[in-house]
Amino acid sequence: MTTTRVAGALVLFALLLGGPSRARGQGGGMTGMSGMDMGREIVIPPGAPYTKADVEFMQGMIAHHAQAIVMSRMAASHGANPQVLKLSNKIDQSQVPEIRIMQAWLQRNNQFAPDTSSWHHVTMSGMLTAAQLTELDAARGVDFDRAYLRLMIQHHAGALKMVDDLFNTPLAGQEVDVNVFANDVVTAQTAEIGIMQRLYKELPAQ
Amino acid sequence: MRSPCRVLGLIVTVVAPALAPALVPPVSAQTYPSATDPRSNLKPGRFDAGIATSNMRLVSFSHKPPQFDTARGLTFINSDLAFGTHYVYQGNFAGFTVWDVSNPAQPVIASVMECITSQGDPSIVGNLLFISAEGAGNRNDCAKGGVQDPKDHMTGVRIFDVSDPRAPKLIKNVQTCKGSHTHTVIPSPTDPNIVYIYVSGQQTARPATELAGCKNGTDPADPTNSLYQLDIIKVPLDHPEQAAVIPGARIFTGLEVTPDCATFCAPAETRRPPRRPGGGNPGDSTVAEALLHTGPHNCHDVTAYPALHLLAAACSSHAILVDISNPEKPVRLAAITDTNNFQSRHTAGFSNDGTKTLWTDEWGGGTGPMCQAGSIMELGGNTIITLSPDHRKMTQHAYFKLPSAQTAQENCVSHNGGLIPVPGRDLYVQGWYQGGVDVMDFTDADHPVEIAYFDRGPIDAPGDTSNASGRSRYTIGGSWGAYYWNGMIYSSELDRGFDVLELTPGPQLSANEIAAAKLVTLKEYNPQSQPKLVWPPAFVVVRAYLDQLVRNEGLAADRTSAVAAALDAAEKKSGAARAAALTALARQVDGYQRGAKDTARVRMMSGAIRQLASASK
Repeated sequence: MTTTRVAGALVLFALLLGGPSRARGQGGGMTGMSGMDMGREIVIPPGAPYTKADVEFMQGMIAHHAQAIVMSRMAASHGANPQVLKLSNKIDQSQVPEIRIMQAWLQRNNQFAPDTSSWHHVTMSGMLTAAQLTELDAARGVDFDRAYLRLMIQHHAGALKMVDDLFNTPLAGQEVDVNVFANDVVTAQTAEIGIMQRLYKELPAQ
Repeated sequence: MRSPCRVLGLIVTVVAPALAPALVPPVSAQTYPSATDPRSNLKPGRFDAGIATSNMRLVSFSHKPPQFDTARGLTFINSDLAFGTHYVYQGNFAGFTVWDVSNPAQPVIASVMECITSQGDPSIVGNLLFISAEGAGNRNDCAKGGVQDPKDHMTGVRIFDVSDPRAPKLIKNVQTCKGSHTHTVIPSPTDPNIVYIYVSGQQTARPATELAGCKNGTDPADPTNSLYQLDIIKVPLDHPEQAAVIPGARIFTGLEVTPDCATFCAPAETRRPPRRPGGGNPGDSTVAEALLHTGPHNCHDVTAYPALHLLAAACSSHAILVDISNPEKPVRLAAITDTNNFQSRHTAGFSNDGTKTLWTDEWGGGTGPMCQAGSIMELGGNTIITLSPDHRKMTQHAYFKLPSAQTAQENCVSHNGGLIPVPGRDLYVQGWYQGGVDVMDFTDADHPVEIAYFDRGPIDAPGDTSNASGRSRYTIGGSWGAYYWNGMIYSSELDRGFDVLELTPGPQLSANEIAAAKLVTLKEYNPQSQPKLVWPPAFVVVRAYLDQLVRNEGLAADRTSAVAAALDAAEKKSGAARAAALTALARQVDGYQRGAKDTARVRMMSGAIRQLASASK
């Protein structure tokens, strides 16, 4: 894999999104973030209809989506078959505006809104390891299709787990925007996992 | 607290071999026109946005009531509409508004009910208003503050008494296992005192500890498994407080495919042994279960056509046709999927004759801007599917998407709507969120086209990052649903309020067609329970067909002129003389069928002339 290629795709992606978010308190950048820890304390105002878990979910899902978009934008240059390309395009076009929705929600609630580079620093459920990303980026043609579908199913399943974890947290997932968004993630991504399973089965045998 | 909003089971696009077409013919999608559309570059603004219309005019706009105008995001957005006598019931994520539309040019608020109930889709049956409740923060007592204790959680269908529209009263909360994203009223075919509410939930079943009897099983055929069913509520209209859940509709059984992905689908962290009954962390196995069980088990919306005993169920990957002759024992007739990743997952509608259906794909969930110039055209719009006469086969024909690119500031995707009762044509008016209100003609299943629209500019200007007003720079708004009812089109604007529109004549829609549509009146209208449209005998009905034959050149010009002249002459007569003239005209038109390009329409016209002759005697 070439880190530069991924980084290049990401720059383009950041441009498409209008650059890093203008979140209050973003300050000097993204250094120091790791895991669920965005590097800044989450303060929930008294009486707010959301919880720390809601904020962490929205912040973490931005990173999660950002990596899915990087993966999907490899398809065109890595010889994906037309069906896989169509699906990767759908995932790309679906998740770009969802990142915007999450950023808008965080900003509206005066919470830190990560930008699309956050996937470098944040590891959420189902996200690819560096080795997996290298594997995907090195693959071409049907090997890419196979790796993309397997890894994106893993990635989507991780998103479902993030939602599950959110709703299993006491009092979390009740704020209307978070509730609607989390349910939409489940609806869209479960259907896409089904599509990916079908496409995987249709690939020529190894 | 254990929230009911758990991971949905997996949904796939693979159907059982018996249901899968061997070869799916290519289905066409249009491209955005390259020329500038009047809807492009409309001025943004919440209340001063630019407006573009075609074959439609804005009769009135009413602001949201102040009770629902106090917050950002989705907390106070308007949702769907229901219609009864001279009232329109407008759902809201925090309650509902009752509009008195005696004068559509000036709707008056009869009452505002504050009751936290996302998403609040309404239906009206007599004095009973049914409201869908789904959100994790909805409480039995309607209050704010969220659910602190699961026993306070309300997810299901609320029933209000609106006999006094100025003072609605909550009379019952009917809890359901999977909550109610939407619901559909189906009258009993035998007992006028009974209606059934088919409840579409978007979630997995609640744990039995929160609602007794609910079970998230893995076997779709298990009758105690609440996951793989449409929930059904039976309502005795004279005793709505006795409304109760009855065994659900098991329309998903057999759509399950054999899972073979256990070895690669689930990430290691989610590959856990199935939950032990009555123990363990309820979150442990959900994802693994979802990945192993891959059939559809929820519908977003189901549209009933009670007169034909049919139900079109929009269930994520599958469009499902169901026989509801016995609403307590619905039977699946057919199911179809899509190879272009279109998820027939939102809403469906029938043509009035029941031979065609349309299905919408709410790509992006309604909050995404999915109608931009580069957006995929096969996704986020409608698709037309015809039904075989025995209802055992569904055939996909074409896609239709709003033919005007919208901005990145406008959440846009096809959403709710209903038929416009123009005889001889299949016209569907629907909301596309900030894409506006649009009328699609799907008379030709292979070539659906737009014939009218109403659109506003985006609520937010591009690059508006100001939070000073407390408003997001990406405000969700637009038309949740737009419906034709008794001469007007009513549209529920999520953020701004309530619009009333009226069709205006143009080359694609004549004054006679509009007048014929106005002859169809419905005392009550719940769009998800589609009424059969019947036109009374009238000259404008005949002339509507005649206009269509002129427009599509379905009958030679000298003959359409002759019919027009004969109609004018007959209208000047009365009683038996008029009847005789019309009977003679009908015979004449029968003779025109041979050689006409549009025989079927000529036949419909002669039928309408005969009806008019009978009525004139």
